[in-house]
Amino acid sequence: MKRNLAVILQLFLSSARLQKKRATLTIASLAWGTVTILLLLAFGEGLKRQMMSNDQAMGNNMAIMWPGETSKPYKGLPEGRPIRPKMEDVDFARERLPELDAIWGEYTSWRTALSYGRKTVNGRVIGTRFDYGDARKHFPKARGRFINPNDEDEKRRVVFLGNEMAKDIFGPEDPLGKTLLINNSPFTVIGVMQRKRQSSTYGGPDATHAVIPQSTFKAVFGDPRINVVVFRVHHEDDMPAALKHFNEVLGPRLGYDPEDPRVWGLWDTVKGQKMQGKIMLGLELFFGVIGALTLIIGGVGVANIMYAVVKERTKEIGVKMALGARRTWITGPFILEGLVYTLVGGLAGALIAILIVTGLSFLPIEGNDVLEFMGRPTLSWPIGIATIAILGTCGLLAGYFPARRAASIDPASTLRYE
Amino acid sequence: MSQSHAIIDMQAIRKVYDTGKVKVEALKGIDLVVDSGEFVAIVGPSGSGKSTLMNLIGCLDTPTDGTYRLGGEDVSKFTRDELADVRNRRVGFVFQGFNLLPQITAFENVEMPLLFGGVAPKKRRERVEELMTRVGLGERMDHKPTELSGGQMQRVAIARALAMKPDVVLADEPTGNLDTSAGGDIMGLFTELWKQGSTLVVITHDMTLARRASRIVEIRDGRIVRDGEAAA
Repeated sequence: MKRNLAVILQLFLSSARLQKKRATLTIASLAWGTVTILLLLAFGEGLKRQMMSNDQAMGNNMAIMWPGETSKPYKGLPEGRPIRPKMEDVDFARERLPELDAIWGEYTSWRTALSYGRKTVNGRVIGTRFDYGDARKHFPKARGRFINPNDEDEKRRVVFLGNEMAKDIFGPEDPLGKTLLINNSPFTVIGVMQRKRQSSTYGGPDATHAVIPQSTFKAVFGDPRINVVVFRVHHEDDMPAALKHFNEVLGPRLGYDPEDPRVWGLWDTVKGQKMQGKIMLGLELFFGVIGALTLIIGGVGVANIMYAVVKERTKEIGVKMALGARRTWITGPFILEGLVYTLVGGLAGALIAILIVTGLSFLPIEGNDVLEFMGRPTLSWPIGIATIAILGTCGLLAGYFPARRAASIDPASTLRYE
Repeated sequence: MSQSHAIIDMQAIRKVYDTGKVKVEALKGIDLVVDSGEFVAIVGPSGSGKSTLMNLIGCLDTPTDGTYRLGGEDVSKFTRDELADVRNRRVGFVFQGFNLLPQITAFENVEMPLLFGGVAPKKRRERVEELMTRVGLGERMDHKPTELSGGQMQRVAIARALAMKPDVVLADEPTGNLDTSAGGDIMGLFTELWKQGSTLVVITHDMTLARRASRIVEIRDGRIVRDGEAAA
């Protein structure tokens, strides 16, 4: 075995130095293919990560439900009856649905006047529970906080502002601790939301609304209807069971058939998440296939030059066979040549791709609309491994078929006469 | 039996080429024994089966029927790799077209069978230098074949054929591509090798070369029609 390798290596070295130009061109085409596949996959990966993070900015594993009308009669009640859940109904559901991560109702007051000094802004004010903050990713900027259970128990007049709204009202001033008027009642700003890129919303972007405790909302605005009921499950697979249980608990209380599909206008974000995952996977596969095809062109190039070499060297191969070369000593150098070309080309391509991706990472993403949407091309281990696998296969095949032809040469017929 | 001296021992060798439509019987039963130290010339018109016989003797091909023992080994049923090893150890080829590898030096050409034979690099160098000196090209080892004359190329080829100290040197029209004077040189070299004890089998049209052999075998239509002393 060792002897075989030594012979193959020696033969390979003596043939490789004879065709530097062809080798260089072949390696360049493989490097090109590698750069293409790596950049396409890196672009896809960056896009996926960015879209995921944009999408998750609203929160995940949530069911968002708007009260609607029944479409089935229930216990003598006719169909077409609107349901009117109250906060107590949400509390009732919370006690009976311990499997949920969180459940809350949201009051909404649209186009509400928020005033600070002489500045008045009309905006959305949400009244809800403290668990809304974490589930909906309302993370406060430094020194601030979201509303907490005490605020709620004591009906404190505190407000958490979306960052855009805070900017509209306060301009360059720091809003924390300042008092503003909401519907002519004074509220203290306890927190301002950190900037986030958000691609999905219900009601409007989180950056442009204000959140106050639901008890305070009730006191200031009366006890209006709940605009929306939202719950969050621990794991996305829990969602179907949670929805069923939710209706079983609230149906009898609110007077609707738990099987009635029309009572709530439902937005199941898990379905969206799954769908988006599939779309992204499809997109990545698409990029990968295009990249692989480009790379295969490089592989075909290698195979092509190797075939030409085999043909050119038919006589030489015959001579070597006559001198006692074993089959593997004929095929080995060709396979090795194919592998070395792909290896060197692949490495060169990977290097170039890494340089490009690293260069792009220095571009500022904040404030760049294209990059905020597309994200940054990102190289990951799965991408690297997939590329290596494709390259390796290319290299082996590119060497194998020409080598097989070389080994099938009949020495007797090549040796006589010129 | 005195077979212990036989280098080549062919019994009832037949070779049929099956081209699909027609079967061509190139050799129709050849019995040929060549003893160690003989210088045999195989002559015959084209199409007589000379080349086929040469391929079989050189283990480049296997017979359809019959047994062939080369240096005591029955090679008729050997696999391709086994045949390659036998060629490497037991047969030295000299071709009409020299068949040197053009991109590598004379030295590397002569070294190649030693490489295939698993000889260590240092021993390879010694052996190549010795052979190149023996064929009178000690000063030209680093030349490429294209930088050598025809006669010189054939000397390199002969050095290569001798590299593994084969049982038999098999030459196919070795003077066919050479002018008279270079051809004469090569014939002289063959005679010298024979006197030094090599076993030679030469296939040729050239009767001046054939007459230098100790024995002439004439083939016609796939059969041996004459086998005897060269003087006859």
